[in-house]
Amino acid sequence: MDKKKPKKVFVQGAIPPEKIATSVANHQSKTNIGAHSIFLGQIRADEVEGKTVTAIDYTAYEEMAENVFHEIREATFTKFDITCAHVYHSLGKVNVGELCLFVFTSSAHRKIAIEATNFLVEEIKAKVPVFGKEIFEDETHQWKVNK
Amino acid sequence: MKVTVKYFGLVAEAAAKSEEVMELDETLTASELKVQCLIGLAIADKDSVQIAVNQNLDETITINDGDEVALLPPFAGG
Repeated sequence: MDKKKPKKVFVQGAIPPEKIATSVANHQSKTNIGAHSIFLGQIRADEVEGKTVTAIDYTAYEEMAENVFHEIREATFTKFDITCAHVYHSLGKVNVGELCLFVFTSSAHRKIAIEATNFLVEEIKAKVPVFGKEIFEDETHQWKVNK
Repeated sequence: MKVTVKYFGLVAEAAAKSEEVMELDETLTASELKVQCLIGLAIADKDSVQIAVNQNLDETITINDGDEVALLPPFAGG
């Protein structure tokens, strides 16, 4: 439906939980939808050698990342019979417990929406040039690598 | 020929810069330019760094005048 419009994915800082509620509300008029599938990435307080992560500072090769996000979204529409797909990713500092990734797909039926969301999340983690500096409580840091 | 080289994440940290314009006096592939850019940088796993030429990750590409090159450490989105 809104397949062709390139959408800006990056938001500065954490994704507010209210954005999820607003996004759901925005789809209540689309009555051909029977299922939404949502993935939310939250910053985890990992422990590394006795130090605890307090935040991740995200940076990106923004021009390339926005293009790759768009390609992944297009591929998702080609592969799955979905009505909508929305992706938001944080840039800058996001504290533990806050949201850094919001992936939202909608379809007539649940299986397609769930599969489409999984596909989007895996593709984003593998292909988008986003970098994360994990900041510890003593202000030291290490660089996050997706597994 | 001149190329713009952008550094990201741990590569930018190790290089202590985020961007520079490099003058190349020989024809290089992306892979060769990557090796040249990473020389002397304190990066534990240089093989994990990818190079994008005009946003294309194909390391066999030949570098041309005016290209935008980016050195990309492992991705960590999500």
